Amino acid sequence: MSDTAVPIALKAKDFKSDQEVRWCPGCGDYAILAAVQSFLPELGIPKENICFVSGIGCSSRFPYYLTTYGMHSIHGRAPTIATGLATSRPDLSVWVVTGDGDALSIGGNHLIHALRRNVNLKILLFNNRIYGLTKGQYSPTSEIGKITKSTPMGSLDYPFNPLSLALGAEATFVARTIDSDRKHLTDVLRAAAEHEGSALVEIYQNCNIFNDGAFDLLKDADSRDDELIRLVDGEPIVFGAEGQHAVVRNAHGGLKIVPTDSVDASEIVTHDAHSSDTTTAFALTRLSDPETLHHTPIGVLRHVERPSYDRLMAEQMTIAAENGVGDLQSLLKGSDTWTID
Amino acid sequence: MPKETVQLDQVIIRFAGDSGDGMQLTGDRFTAETATFGNDLSTLPDFPAEIRAPAGTLPGVSAFQLHFADHDIMTPGDAPNVLVAMNPAALKANLKDLPRGGDLIVNTDEFTSRNLSKVGYADNPIEDGSLESYNVHPIALTSLTVQSLKDFDLTKKEAERAKNMFALGLLSWLYERPTDGTERFLHEKFERKPEILKANLAALQAGWNYGETTEDFSVRYEIKPAPLAEGTYRNISGNLALAYGLVAAGQQTKLPVYLGTYPITPASDILHELSKHKKFGVRTFQAEDEIAGIGAAIGASYGGSLGVTTTSGPGVALKSEAIGLAVALELPLIVVDVQRGGPSTGLPTKTEQADLLQAMFGRNGEAPVPIIAPQSPSDCFDAALEAARIATTYRTPVFLLSDGYLANGSEPWQVPNVSELPDLTVTFTTENNWTNEDGSTEFMPFARDPETLARPWAIPGTPGLEHRIGGIEKADITGHISYDPDNHDKMVRLRQAKVDGIAKTIPDLEVDDPTGDAKVLVIGWGSTFGPIGAACRLVRDGGGKVAQAHLRHLNPFPANTGDILKRYDRVIVPEMNLGQLCMLLRAKFLVDAISYNQVRGMPFKSHELEAVIKDVISNV
Repeated sequence: MSDTAVPIALKAKDFKSDQEVRWCPGCGDYAILAAVQSFLPELGIPKENICFVSGIGCSSRFPYYLTTYGMHSIHGRAPTIATGLATSRPDLSVWVVTGDGDALSIGGNHLIHALRRNVNLKILLFNNRIYGLTKGQYSPTSEIGKITKSTPMGSLDYPFNPLSLALGAEATFVARTIDSDRKHLTDVLRAAAEHEGSALVEIYQNCNIFNDGAFDLLKDADSRDDELIRLVDGEPIVFGAEGQHAVVRNAHGGLKIVPTDSVDASEIVTHDAHSSDTTTAFALTRLSDPETLHHTPIGVLRHVERPSYDRLMAEQMTIAAENGVGDLQSLLKGSDTWTID
Repeated sequence: MPKETVQLDQVIIRFAGDSGDGMQLTGDRFTAETATFGNDLSTLPDFPAEIRAPAGTLPGVSAFQLHFADHDIMTPGDAPNVLVAMNPAALKANLKDLPRGGDLIVNTDEFTSRNLSKVGYADNPIEDGSLESYNVHPIALTSLTVQSLKDFDLTKKEAERAKNMFALGLLSWLYERPTDGTERFLHEKFERKPEILKANLAALQAGWNYGETTEDFSVRYEIKPAPLAEGTYRNISGNLALAYGLVAAGQQTKLPVYLGTYPITPASDILHELSKHKKFGVRTFQAEDEIAGIGAAIGASYGGSLGVTTTSGPGVALKSEAIGLAVALELPLIVVDVQRGGPSTGLPTKTEQADLLQAMFGRNGEAPVPIIAPQSPSDCFDAALEAARIATTYRTPVFLLSDGYLANGSEPWQVPNVSELPDLTVTFTTENNWTNEDGSTEFMPFARDPETLARPWAIPGTPGLEHRIGGIEKADITGHISYDPDNHDKMVRLRQAKVDGIAKTIPDLEVDDPTGDAKVLVIGWGSTFGPIGAACRLVRDGGGKVAQAHLRHLNPFPANTGDILKRYDRVIVPEMNLGQLCMLLRAKFLVDAISYNQVRGMPFKSHELEAVIKDVISNV
């Protein structure tokens, strides 16, 4: 075990493994990998104390391409394995890499329970709105009506909004970012890493083979300013090249988008990621169109403090041992014995 | 005038009543009194899966059978000598098991026309003469209890609830059991309810006094203590012994125990017990489902804990993929399967041993997992230590197959001296384990120990040994992803050879054959040890010759198993399934074994097995 007192200055290359990266050329995963490798040195954590756990899917190959400890596990179960690791080893920085199929379909149950427990995990959910590794079936985030190999007449499934789901699951840190925006991606990763407890980061990631252009509306220079709502904590929520769109409350307790110049500045909602009430954060997630992603908020939607499960478990362990560690002989003997001699 | 005392060498009592009558508690307390008195004993709780089925109905009957003796015994007994029936449903459900001439204690207060009609009695059996071949003791247990508590500030309902203590007091008097342990127990249980405590103590005493004064019981019985080996004893159930075994495994391996689990009958008590032992470094995690339970245990093992998951058959089915992952990762893991009747939900509270082939083969691909099975409630302790030894030494998941009978049944246990428990200290790999031709060193996560074929266990936090593992096939030595055909063939064979090699470290199969010239061998596994052993004694008492062997390790088998099987003209394999061990023995050793099966949710009766064995002997 390491007792490294002075963190050694690591560089991005220190986190690049010698394994050949086998994603399709042009895959959005490359950008995320590069961002993570560049960002990890910032953590100041010795590499042996970092562990990446993944499930199954294209994104789940991620741990092989890093030089930290890592486990590529089974479909949907990464949060469970990471939970066992994090709660038994609070000294580690544990990351989960998952996709929209892995986290929201086969592993949906584990995701929501990890979030509500607030296990100290940083969950990177690569959302490409498609099944890539099984070659192109619709996923739980695909738009309704999507024509895929398994839905020749269009998908009948209504999609999940992962951030609405995470908020409903009592997540303490919820954020969204985009593979192609390196700076934003890194900023969000940094905030997630600093959070004690579960952090869910949804990363829109382009699958250029089976769902190319899924996020073009949010990426193209022509449209992105009017489509992306960049959230900044403590700032009024306005967007557009000239800040011409603003988010205000509607009559039903939700939010709506209006021309900035049509309302008084005091009516514009100020983003408060630290609010204990999830109502506004939830309403923000509902601004985006589930089909087209028109008006999608990105950034940290929610960031609140609640003791992590790891810490609470460690505290119980400490309290239990306050009067000394257990004595096995007296445990086995119990209180009702008899002796034969 | 003191009543006459009659000496008996053994007694089998069955307490039966409604689920809400406290029969399990009554049985537990009588058992504890009997254990303290020094008899050998064996118990069989038998209760429905419903927590409170409709009162007074057959599905709601809960029973507890206790066999105790002045000599060593192996089973809870085939049939009771004494049946305590707290209501008509309990009588109806259990009378068929009471031999004619047996003692029958009935609570007459409950034999109302309404209760009788609920279970289809047209007339009151206590009065219509249908019980005349039994030794019936009709006692108004409920009203006697209420009467004895009339001075207490209790509702009638509260007073009635103490009737199980009245019954316990009476039985304690009848068999000269010490009640001070029960009094202590009541003091602890009702510490915060002084009025209820006093009422229970009074009911217990009233039951005892009733025995002394009533003319219905003319004699008391004495069953002398059994001459067990010197030592300190306690009574223990299988689930408790298993939980203690896991705590001990943590101490002996010097690893923190991490239980990731999901509640399921009949395994949940292991979780309940382990959750109390945090000061031994035991972490318990009640997960969102069976899969998450084993996932967390695997994650903890990866981090350097002794990962454990506890479940029953349906849970194993859900965990199968994760067990396969643990096989591929080559990490230590203990999978406890407290078997119950299947398939599907089956019989949650009844015993069966039909998960052997699921444990053996229930995974995709070639995924060998060692299997061990305890043979009695107290043996669950040793089995847990053995599972931990194999898991940590060989870096493999291990199945521990208990069952509902072992889990809830109990017996006296000679408390082991902790200093004599096996030292299972684990050392993690902390340095490079591979030297290249140029003399440089590296860490190779799949370079194996030549003796055990185990791979190194290097845990996160160890500088310089960062590595990645996963379910995709790994290259031999380096652990890189590999799709190479020859490598896969090699890795499949290496994993199998590793498990097969465990046989080198397990004791030879022993045969109990007192005359040494038996022609028939009875071989079993798991909880059938007691009934098979008792049956062999019966055969021998009748002049027959039979050999008994019992398998504790089911994968791999002890190295001499084949030799032993071939020594006998006939081999009988009694199992509480349709012949799963028999299938393995036939396949592996080409022995024409005879399968004898029963899947009634109850342990074998020794007289039934005796008849089977005699039949085979007579045809040799």
